[in-house]
Amino acid sequence: MKAAALTRKQRWEREVLEPALAKSPERTGPFTTISGRPIERLYTPDDLPDFDYQRDLNSPGEYPYTRGIHPSGYRGKLWTMRQFAGFGTPEETNERYKTLLAAGGTGLSVAFDLPTLMGRDPDHPLSLGEVGKCGVSIVSLADMERLFEGISLGEITTSMTINSPAPMIFAMYLVVAEKQGADWQKLSGTIQNDILKEFIAQKEYIYPPRESMRLITDVFGFCLKEVPRWNTVSVSGYHIREAGSTALQELAFTLRDGVEYVQYGIDAGLDVDDFAPRISFFFNSHSDFFEEIAKFRAARKLWAEVMRDRFGAKDERSWKLRFHTQTAGVSLTAQQPYNNVVRTALQALAAVLGGTNSLHTNSLDEALALPTADAATLALRTQQIIAHESGVTNMVDPLGGSWLLERLTLDMEQGAKEYFSSIDRLGGMVEAIEQGFPQREIAEASYKFQQAVERREKVIVGVNEYAQEDEAGVPILYIDETTAEKQLARLEELKGTRDQEAVHRALDALREAARGTANTMYPLLDCARAYATVGEMCDALREAWGEYEEVPLI
Amino acid sequence: MKKIRVVIAKPGLDGHDRGAKVIARALRDAGMEVIYTGLRQTPEQIVGAALQEDADAIGLSILSGAHMHICPRVMELLKEKGLDDVLVVVGGIIPNVDIPKLREMGVRGIFLPGSPMQDIITFITENVRPRVEQV
Repeated sequence: MKAAALTRKQRWEREVLEPALAKSPERTGPFTTISGRPIERLYTPDDLPDFDYQRDLNSPGEYPYTRGIHPSGYRGKLWTMRQFAGFGTPEETNERYKTLLAAGGTGLSVAFDLPTLMGRDPDHPLSLGEVGKCGVSIVSLADMERLFEGISLGEITTSMTINSPAPMIFAMYLVVAEKQGADWQKLSGTIQNDILKEFIAQKEYIYPPRESMRLITDVFGFCLKEVPRWNTVSVSGYHIREAGSTALQELAFTLRDGVEYVQYGIDAGLDVDDFAPRISFFFNSHSDFFEEIAKFRAARKLWAEVMRDRFGAKDERSWKLRFHTQTAGVSLTAQQPYNNVVRTALQALAAVLGGTNSLHTNSLDEALALPTADAATLALRTQQIIAHESGVTNMVDPLGGSWLLERLTLDMEQGAKEYFSSIDRLGGMVEAIEQGFPQREIAEASYKFQQAVERREKVIVGVNEYAQEDEAGVPILYIDETTAEKQLARLEELKGTRDQEAVHRALDALREAARGTANTMYPLLDCARAYATVGEMCDALREAWGEYEEVPLI
Repeated sequence: MKKIRVVIAKPGLDGHDRGAKVIARALRDAGMEVIYTGLRQTPEQIVGAALQEDADAIGLSILSGAHMHICPRVMELLKEKGLDDVLVVVGGIIPNVDIPKLREMGVRGIFLPGSPMQDIITFITENVRPRVEQV
């Protein structure tokens, strides 16, 4: 048998590398990404056999969009600098929004408190101690009016991180816009509205999976008629990653969630090209620089292929994956918090090199509390420095053609497809969730990572290496109990002044729609107009559909 | 020797359970019996679980800022049920100003982000009540 000719890389390894290693060995490693994927010391053209530019990559603005959905990248338009913010009362958050807009922020992003996210009013027993803590407290339309006071919804785009009660909050937003005189047909923004990742990772679910999916397809159907420029779902990998998944799992589960939404939309009788262009994505940008960039590029390619070939979408807008990115909250350390500025800058740069359409940079103090105004401004400045000083926005996909990056991108794509097959075999994502599949995969990955940190195979500067005894603290934002007191008083006042009869009528109509097949968005708008509370609207659906409870597994 | 029994609980409305699950697994791998209550447990449910499971320790995972409401209630209920000797530890995001207040109400272990799992295992092992062998 004739021996195969050595590749250039094998020759180099034998003739150059091995003698060098004999003299001075490498560090012990392991040389793996933060997700545990082994990385080679060198990538060459030999790592990309049969690589075809046209087929495997192609140019920006061309299918499969690996290099970006816009032909001119950031030379045309920079990404939207959208800082997620919300705390305390609607007035306090409104003030923060005005600060961020004055500092050059180009979009709003609302963080709601836990009672709002879970569809509970401040007077519910489980809301004890939670009102206004992790975000802004929104009880009724009156709070939504306060939140956007002096901000013209017709002129700004707003992203709202809300999931189970997304249709309720969206209805309130639309009523505020209506009262301001804005045209719904021109209104733009995003509701996260991604329940699947809640079941998988963040666990802010209320209703069982199938009823939850129905709410989402109701929003699809409503928006294509009434608010056609609204992004109806932001399919989120962010929380999957924060819960401890690997980069590959984040990519695979998120895109497979996207597939599930499209399938449910089609099953609800909608035409794929009518609603798919309004689906957007939301990814995490973690600390492993190249692995993240590969993830973003692979995401665009996978989605284009899935939409064209699996669903037969004809409209190119259905093929183009648009995404928001947030730097990794979980990578921030409470120790030596100023180090977080550096972490965030690197993660933000990875997101930009991966072609993100919108970006949130975390603040240095977020492992300790919600950010102070100064910390939030510095986080925004980090984006502005990347945009205007680093030079990386002058060219499209500057790392395209890197042997390393193209290899990683192809491997990400391959790995994600394997996960797609596993999930398809389970019957789909809803079924996979019911069987605990993604939950188990993530729990396993997060435990492995923690063990690697414990063994110091993964170094976290300032925590398991380079720790410091005499650390200076940073100022933090402390949310006291006055928000809860204020919101409770307002709730009581609201119930005394609104037309109770109208509220009951609207809630009855909502319950009836939920039990039947009518689109729930229309009765929700009437509930919002009547100043029904988030808790009341969510309770009406709880009565119709019941609540989901997961089987805890460790 | 009997195994140390620990109830790991996630009180409040928050669903971020990565920390609770990692710790539950680490304690189990260290040889303890771990009962994970799952999400959104009220103080009443948590203390009920501790009573029913004959727990030596309770670990509360709180990241949302609700600790100054949840912890006093848990401590009060433990006292009421005569479970004062159950070791209570809290892990999560706790502002420095609240740490002395939590200690004063009887929370013995407070573990902030970045705490090594081994430190938590050691703390629980060294601080739980001595188990009396049942005959």
